[in-house]
Amino acid sequence: MPEWLRVILFIIFVLSFAGLNAAYLVWCERKGAGHIQRRIGPKEVGPFGLLQPLADGAKLMSKQLFLPKGVDPILFMVAPLMVMVPAIMSFCVIPFSETFVAREINLGLLMIFAFASVNVLGLLLGSWGSANKYALIAGARCVSQNVAYEIPMLITTITMVMVTNTMNLNEIVRSQAGWFIHWHIFRLDMSLLMPVSFLIFFVCSLAETNRAPFDMAEAESELIAGAYTEYPGMGFGVFFMGEYANIVIGCALTAILFLGGWQAPIPLNFGGFLGVLWGMSWFFLKLYALIFTVIWIRWTYPRTQFYELLNLSWKVLIPISLFNLILTALQIKIFPWL
Amino acid sequence: MSGYFKELISGTKSLFIGLGITGKYFFEPVVTLQYPHEHLEMTPRYRGHIELIPNEETGEPKCIACGMCQKGCPSGCIEVKGEKREGVKGKVVTKYILNFTTCSLCGQCVESCKFGALRFSKEYNLASPRKEDFIFDLIEKLKEKS
Amino acid sequence: MNGTLQQDVNQETFTLNLGPQHPATHGVLRVKLVMDGEYIVEAEPVLGYIHRMHEKMGENRTWAKFLPNCGRMDYLSALSYNHGYVAAVERAAKIEVPERAEYIRVITVELNRISSHLLWFGAFVLDLGGFTPLLYAFDDREFILDLLESVTGSRLTYCYFRFGGVYNDIDDAFIAGTREFIKKQRKRMPMYDALVTKNIILIKRLKEIGPISKDMARRYGATGPVARGSGINYDVRKHEPYSVYPELDFDIPVYEEGDSMARYMVRMDEIEQSMRIIEQALDKLPEGEIKPKKAVKMVKPEKGDYYHAVEAARGSFGVRLVSDGKNQAYRLKLRSPTYSNLSLYGEATKGMLLPDALALMGSLDLVIPEIDR
Repeated sequence: MPEWLRVILFIIFVLSFAGLNAAYLVWCERKGAGHIQRRIGPKEVGPFGLLQPLADGAKLMSKQLFLPKGVDPILFMVAPLMVMVPAIMSFCVIPFSETFVAREINLGLLMIFAFASVNVLGLLLGSWGSANKYALIAGARCVSQNVAYEIPMLITTITMVMVTNTMNLNEIVRSQAGWFIHWHIFRLDMSLLMPVSFLIFFVCSLAETNRAPFDMAEAESELIAGAYTEYPGMGFGVFFMGEYANIVIGCALTAILFLGGWQAPIPLNFGGFLGVLWGMSWFFLKLYALIFTVIWIRWTYPRTQFYELLNLSWKVLIPISLFNLILTALQIKIFPWL
Repeated sequence: MSGYFKELISGTKSLFIGLGITGKYFFEPVVTLQYPHEHLEMTPRYRGHIELIPNEETGEPKCIACGMCQKGCPSGCIEVKGEKREGVKGKVVTKYILNFTTCSLCGQCVESCKFGALRFSKEYNLASPRKEDFIFDLIEKLKEKS
Repeated sequence: MNGTLQQDVNQETFTLNLGPQHPATHGVLRVKLVMDGEYIVEAEPVLGYIHRMHEKMGENRTWAKFLPNCGRMDYLSALSYNHGYVAAVERAAKIEVPERAEYIRVITVELNRISSHLLWFGAFVLDLGGFTPLLYAFDDREFILDLLESVTGSRLTYCYFRFGGVYNDIDDAFIAGTREFIKKQRKRMPMYDALVTKNIILIKRLKEIGPISKDMARRYGATGPVARGSGINYDVRKHEPYSVYPELDFDIPVYEEGDSMARYMVRMDEIEQSMRIIEQALDKLPEGEIKPKKAVKMVKPEKGDYYHAVEAARGSFGVRLVSDGKNQAYRLKLRSPTYSNLSLYGEATKGMLLPDALALMGSLDLVIPEIDR
């Protein structure tokens, strides 16, 4: 396939995936919340309410893009894009199957983290540009939260890079081939605290994407809608899409690093087109199982208090992930044959 | 230090227990009633707006326009008028207007009626964007019913 | 909000208007906050957005005509308010109440108290950001509302008590339903305990947050679960007994800590105590009339000054009547518990973080129409 065709196909795929995914994750979220709370959720628009996201999208798009008095027009308009665009860029290196990846970059993992940091900048600019006190509080919270949670996340990632010797996401997945016990989460021989690393990484990705119980950026019962308070119509819609795209990135990374990415739990592989489908279906299965867990968590817990959130990071997650890093290093040094 | 680990472990455990509970409810049947498609039967004592009780033989309202309900109503939302007619004991009600916008459904009109001429209806699907739709002519309503 | 953030650079604090439309205030309460970053320097509740002059209304209509107003102050425990007013007028006009009617009053009031506490529980966890417990609590509360609808005819703003008795008698279906509800609710409480009370996030948010000292609660006249959470053992049902409460055996949950968790625990324990009261009252329920033998027609209390307090779900609700011997009150003063409970908010929140202050506000269990009356 020529390079330019690959790029265009990728853009079409990722843009439609991000849009539809956000729309249908909202549907999943509402259905999931509904059934957890013993009600049905959306059901009137289309069968099982399946057309509800399209109706919601049409409603959001048809709304006036209103600029409230006193906002900074440039920051206000750019901020949603700054959340959305990096998320889409990150899809560039995610291997959906062995061959179904836009660019196999050697520093893929690093690139995702680089783009993930832009996300918080978007939220900060948006909340500053809104000229709203609630939004400002949310923006300030958001930054310190992201700073605090990037550290344990990166330390855990370094641990993973140490055991895999690569930052190429596809390579990381390839190294987990075979039976499911070869997935990193079960590789206690690589690092004794592997399941704990998985938990830390997952919790951090929840916090990084501002999901409940760490949804400080929104905190609807305290800060109205936090950073999104002043956003009308599609401005809010784009924020929303960015948020869901970030959730997908976070869960995809968790799946790739710990759950074997596109690897099937049994050593069975196909070539050609069937292989792509086989890999993709396993990847999406893992991805959506993780996303469902994210939704499930949101509808179970109350929101954490802000300083408890920081305490959790600085007093629990960072020490444990540092300890884990040292332990893994020792394990690799002492038992290099494993 | 041991307190730190104790809290960490018990805290993590409590979080998983919480997930277990909501996870269990996820698979349990829903308890809500799908309102516009399904309807609830109102209990016998449900208080809707009041209505006149007809005389079983004639179908005319039992009300003799004594005005006790009008007097007893805290919100002053009842307006009764009656006239004397030949051959009929007491008065005959000619006008019975209930202004439902101010009614608080306390039931004092029903209680104050000594002739058993008032009761609560079971109507609850009442919605309208117009205020005038809630000024009920109860005699008219009675006629519509029969 | 006045739109812009451009303020004097030397000014280190800013003013944040919490409400009158805010998700955490549960109604039209406005709290003027002076904030230093996310720390509260000063908090001042501003009332009056839903003032409807209930006291004045009581002074220009007959005694009986004020009855429907009682259900519209504290709409979550309307029957306690019914009870307070009816009992005050009965004391003033010396009306005897048959015993069966008193038992029915106690049963329905306690059911109403449970429904109020359940709704508070859900709304409080919602304030803290957890949505699901609210709907579980509504599921249980629905059962109570159905039961109460079957005797009172309405679901929320009850107008059920009459001078000298109650409007309707209860039937066997109601008694069986209530017993079934208690059985079901007893099974349900451990679930709440595991899902919410023992949850580490909730414990971290409530323990040692928003302390109200015994002294502060006394100074502001706090009553109900707020006072009992601060270690003040005061419950009108026990300490100024009325109705048939002296014949029933129940405990007053008191917690010494004074933090939000203590207030939370008081209410959760009260649900169990209310269920105990209902069970005993159902067992002891005598046969007989529900209205006095001589029907109460014109209520005309003698000249005088009368007071009667009841324990509503939020604290002590007192009715003071001044009668000049006519068929309507000369002065009607309603002492609503949340008004006093809220007034300590300004002092209690000094130096607190915004989310903690909102957790404290939730733990006070505010019903705004009752504050403004």
